[in-house]
Amino acid sequence: MSDLDVQLPTTFDPFAEANADDSGAGSKEYVHVRIQQRNGRKSLTTVQGLKKDFSYNKILKDLKKEFCCNGTVVQDPELGQVIQLQGDQRKNVSTFLVQAGIVKKEHIKIHGF
Amino acid sequence: MATDSPADLKDEIPELAPFDPTKKKKKKKPVAQDSVEEVDNLVEKTENLSVEDVTEPVFAGMKKKKKKPVELDLIEDEDVDVGQENDDGKIAEDEEGDGIVLGGERYPWEGTDRDYKYEELLDRVFNILRENNPLLAGDRRRTVMRPPQVLREGTKKTVFANFMDSCKTMHRQPEHVMTFLLAEMGTTGSLDGQQRLVVKGRFAPKNFEGILKRYINEYVICNGCKSADTILSKENRLFFLRCEQCGSSRSVAPIKAGFVARVGRRKAGA
Repeated sequence: MSDLDVQLPTTFDPFAEANADDSGAGSKEYVHVRIQQRNGRKSLTTVQGLKKDFSYNKILKDLKKEFCCNGTVVQDPELGQVIQLQGDQRKNVSTFLVQAGIVKKEHIKIHGF
Repeated sequence: MATDSPADLKDEIPELAPFDPTKKKKKKKPVAQDSVEEVDNLVEKTENLSVEDVTEPVFAGMKKKKKKPVELDLIEDEDVDVGQENDDGKIAEDEEGDGIVLGGERYPWEGTDRDYKYEELLDRVFNILRENNPLLAGDRRRTVMRPPQVLREGTKKTVFANFMDSCKTMHRQPEHVMTFLLAEMGTTGSLDGQQRLVVKGRFAPKNFEGILKRYINEYVICNGCKSADTILSKENRLFFLRCEQCGSSRSVAPIKAGFVARVGRRKAGA
């Protein structure tokens, strides 16, 4: 008889939010987008700090197609896999990552001039 | 071209702060009261301003405006201008009142029966404070930090001449600033014999300014009171930024170099 409509205690998990948030994009792990100079006007864009679960090759391929540039994945002994792209692609990369849902905007840090 | 000069104007503005923005704002009110003609004149003049070169004609434009209006307005403008040079903050009130009194205390509620508003009281308090004890009221952001001077050394190196100067203005250790600069730019560099920072690569002053601005916002300015009176100290393996004015202390991240891709020639055989 649900006439009385007793307020049954629903299962309320106070930590649900925290857990979901944490496993979202990695707590406090920033994705660093840097730029370096090469000779002349040429430059290099470096993306470091993406989560290891991602398939770097697929991301790289999309980035290359999207921005019409060349790029590669470099294995660094300490920093893991780093994506290197030709040209100054910092802004492009950050919008791409945010749109694709790979990283949240707050976790991207852009360095460089 | 038109887009360049406004950018230049904006660069000039910090140095000319007392004059430009407030003067421009001011003229609109008398014009609004007077004929439409004056509006057209104003529009002309602003267009002239943006097209011509920045330094001298800026003032010439201002002078022109003063002559155009009718005599009454001329007197009012002159007085208000002089009053303005004395005191930036009270101009808004000048407009409504008589505008002849210079530098004295005018209360907007004087003459009428109404009660004073909170904002008016606030203004009054700050004006008094500013006059008597400018140190306490100063929201003076450091507009005196000199722009970075960069020179080329050869074709592949850039020299930051004012480096030591800037470090001292910020009250920071040159090594700390240097580490930050090099990490952000992704290059190598060193301090030469004359304490100038030599960086590998070609950079414009604007690049340096941007990076310095980021450094200041992160490592120098206090979050609470925005003052530049801070001290960076290392406590227990963490860097803490302690503010002198408000006493707040926050931790700042250590500077990490990040990934540096290998550019340049590989050593043969290695």
